[in-house]
Amino acid sequence: MNHYLLPDISEPGKTGCSLPALDVAPAESLPKELLREEFELPEVSEVEIVRYFTALSSLNYGVDSGFYPLGSCTMKYNPKWHEDVAGLPGFALVHPLQPVESVQGALQLMFELQDYLSEINGMDSTSLVPMAGAQGEFACLLMVKAFHQDRGDKNRNKIVIPDSSHGTNPASAVMCGFEVVTVPSDKEGNIDFNMLEAVMNEEVAALTLTMPNTLGLFDPQITEISQLVHERGALLGADGANLNALLGNVKYGDLGYDYVQLNLHKTFSTPHGGGGPGAGPVCVKTHLTDFLPSPLVTKDNGEYVFISPANSTGKLCDFYGNFGVMVKAYAYLRFLGAEGLKEVSNNAVLNANYIKEKLKKYYHLPYDRKCMHEVVFSGKSQMAKGVHTLDIAKRLMDFGFHPPTVYFPLNVQEAIMIEPTETESKETLDAYIQAMIDIAREAEENPEILHTSPHNTPVRRLDSVKAARQPELNWSMYMSSKKRETGTKETEL
Amino acid sequence: MTAPYVPNTEASRKLMLQEIGVNSIEELLQDIPDRFRNVNFNLPPPLSELDLKRELGKLANLDANLDEYACFLGAGGYRHFIPSVVGHVINRSEFYTAYTPYQAEISQGTLQAIYEYQSLVCQLTGMEVSNAGMYDGSTAAAEAAVMACLIKQRDRVAVLDTVNPTYREVIDTYVKGRNFSIETIDHNSDNSPSDIACLIVQQPNFLGYIENMEKYAQKAHDFGALLVSIVDPISLGILTPPGDYGADIAVAEGQPLGIPIGFGGTYLGLFTCRKEYLRQMPGRIVGKTTDVNGRPGYVMTMVTREQHIRRERATSNICTSEALLALAATVYLASLGKKGIRQIAELCYHKAHYAAKEISKLKGYSILSKQPFFKEFVIRCPIAPKQINAALFGEGIIGGLDISPQMENCILLCVTEMNTKQEIDRLVAILGALQGG
Repeated sequence: MNHYLLPDISEPGKTGCSLPALDVAPAESLPKELLREEFELPEVSEVEIVRYFTALSSLNYGVDSGFYPLGSCTMKYNPKWHEDVAGLPGFALVHPLQPVESVQGALQLMFELQDYLSEINGMDSTSLVPMAGAQGEFACLLMVKAFHQDRGDKNRNKIVIPDSSHGTNPASAVMCGFEVVTVPSDKEGNIDFNMLEAVMNEEVAALTLTMPNTLGLFDPQITEISQLVHERGALLGADGANLNALLGNVKYGDLGYDYVQLNLHKTFSTPHGGGGPGAGPVCVKTHLTDFLPSPLVTKDNGEYVFISPANSTGKLCDFYGNFGVMVKAYAYLRFLGAEGLKEVSNNAVLNANYIKEKLKKYYHLPYDRKCMHEVVFSGKSQMAKGVHTLDIAKRLMDFGFHPPTVYFPLNVQEAIMIEPTETESKETLDAYIQAMIDIAREAEENPEILHTSPHNTPVRRLDSVKAARQPELNWSMYMSSKKRETGTKETEL
Repeated sequence: MTAPYVPNTEASRKLMLQEIGVNSIEELLQDIPDRFRNVNFNLPPPLSELDLKRELGKLANLDANLDEYACFLGAGGYRHFIPSVVGHVINRSEFYTAYTPYQAEISQGTLQAIYEYQSLVCQLTGMEVSNAGMYDGSTAAAEAAVMACLIKQRDRVAVLDTVNPTYREVIDTYVKGRNFSIETIDHNSDNSPSDIACLIVQQPNFLGYIENMEKYAQKAHDFGALLVSIVDPISLGILTPPGDYGADIAVAEGQPLGIPIGFGGTYLGLFTCRKEYLRQMPGRIVGKTTDVNGRPGYVMTMVTREQHIRRERATSNICTSEALLALAATVYLASLGKKGIRQIAELCYHKAHYAAKEISKLKGYSILSKQPFFKEFVIRCPIAPKQINAALFGEGIIGGLDISPQMENCILLCVTEMNTKQEIDRLVAILGALQGG
């Protein structure tokens, strides 16, 4: 473990870079009252910076380190050459406000990506602007609000979501001034249709329905749901987090959805970056096109240009979204083509079902039916021995795996949500399955080893309560007061 | 073409289907009504890596890139020097192929780096607490406006008219989402509504000029409102930081800190505030703690503010943000250190003033304001900016932002450490030759 921090290796006179000398006559200085006093930033040499961050990287686990079945996050392999093309000077070294005639390559790429994403989702138009899935949700619900208001239907102030939904769904609804109505799931794991019917009144603006849902199940009532929602004057929206299950096979538009928000960093293989950058394009049917976030790229007399939709819900960022992410997603789509996309979803579904079948003898499976791209188990059988899902997750690290998503969805007790993705081989899945079986046995025979896990990680279980009660959120107190202890410096890892 | 990324062979697929007890993958999809399956997708045929590298190379070559063009354009995206060490660190795949550090024991690299980031950002801004980063400067400003409304229980925010107009639009989107309202305040006028949750001011402002922030802090606080300051992080190498003039929330576009200009994204929003507002902050926050053996370690903390715990009562919906770019900013700040960041700021300041002085000597040109400026400034030209920028482009120079719709014949120019004296002199010479008539 890398105990030292940058200030510990800082020393006056060290520097990590060299800068050119001033080559013009200096100007008169600014008035003194505008200038800041002396301030502190660490002074570290380049080699120390490289070693420090290399050491930190070795404490991390990424998709390149091994199997990362984090449910709902689609941690698939990120093809290396995508990084290279995104770094081409014509993409990476272009100013967003350059004249449009000098950025026709970038605009063509965006224009085509808009088209491909519309086609893949069975929608009519796409805005690439939202910078992450959650911002895409926000954009969708702003459109929902504007759509109803534009029709003079001003009392629709509620968004309906299932109890299995992602936390971003209700949070985004509130950001758009909506109230949230939650509908439970039925005993098959689908949305409870009778309950849905009961809440779908003239105050409901939209139903946000992740498909397949967060239990990894395709809701076979989709046609009836879509019909009900539309009959009641509301819109049907998809949180597209689970598009990897449908890619190249099924289109959201055909299912009756009015809009969908995507995650290029999940479905379209762009790296997750330790928590971003992502990109959250939104695709809509014609009746919502005029409300899309601005700008869109269109072709006018053979030239690509930006336009703002007539009743756009507005700007969501300073420029056009996370362009660098778009380049990688574009590369991915062009590489795969339609048939490749279908192979992706087919193999994602196969891998999840394989894990489900192999593990259902060992872990409680709340909904025993064919799953899509992910499977949700419950750790409740293990609770008899005092073992919780958290223990199982932590123990998996000792076996060299990233744990699955745990305690989500909320409607499954002690949830263990496994999403293998298509980029894993049978050999990898078998090794993971064996680890899960071994852990189930340990839970019976030696629960203590689970309670005290992980044992082989750079740090052991961390005290989150202490972190929240006595927040220590930066070392900058040290830099200003010089009070920080220096005795913790350790150079070994 | 999927083979490189889908390792299962036909043989292993067959074995897996047998284990599952079905004959085909189609059987696994039985919950999807038949008519929705196997529909036609009208997409271009697949291509190999080599083919696509060629094709994308051609597309990229259609763009004028800043390796080949001198650039005097800023207005929200800036060309600054990026030490190579930044790219090499963030291209370590242990960093970029990981996700949000939910499992702290195997994410200490990301978590400790974010802790460093939060620390460095606090040092730079003089603010007490920083989060782990937002999408970009404009959404950081927008979330700050919403946060102020929630803190002050007021439903109106005021934005000074010298704030970047696009930022004002983004703030508008977020504020109106919550059914709050936004007002633009004339910087020349003393009239402004007093029942505002915050006053939002940009330093240096959109036109590059340095505002009297103490005055605005006073004004905001007199109204019982918060001062939200939008800063240029590079300028903080020399300018008074927001923590020193009473900003309650300070945000910034983090792109100048080691992030390529990248056609507008991927960028990074810096978000800081006073400690007392910590629990109303949006986004991820990392804190230091200890493990069961008493060894120091880092975790995501204050999570009861967040959507995955608090759902509809969360302070924001942030999930995936811009962690890798926050890492870039961390490496950048570590690499420059206190001397480097000051030196970059000074290079920008002196070169911008040199350019302004030379342009002001040209017949027909003038520098618009008498206010002090940092690295951007407005010039008034004898002919239409469109013509000037076209002529500059023909000479391999990306000119400044044409703001003539708002200010007659005006261009907003930006000069950074990337512009050599030779480039500046060339710019001046070309401008000098464009006298109109």
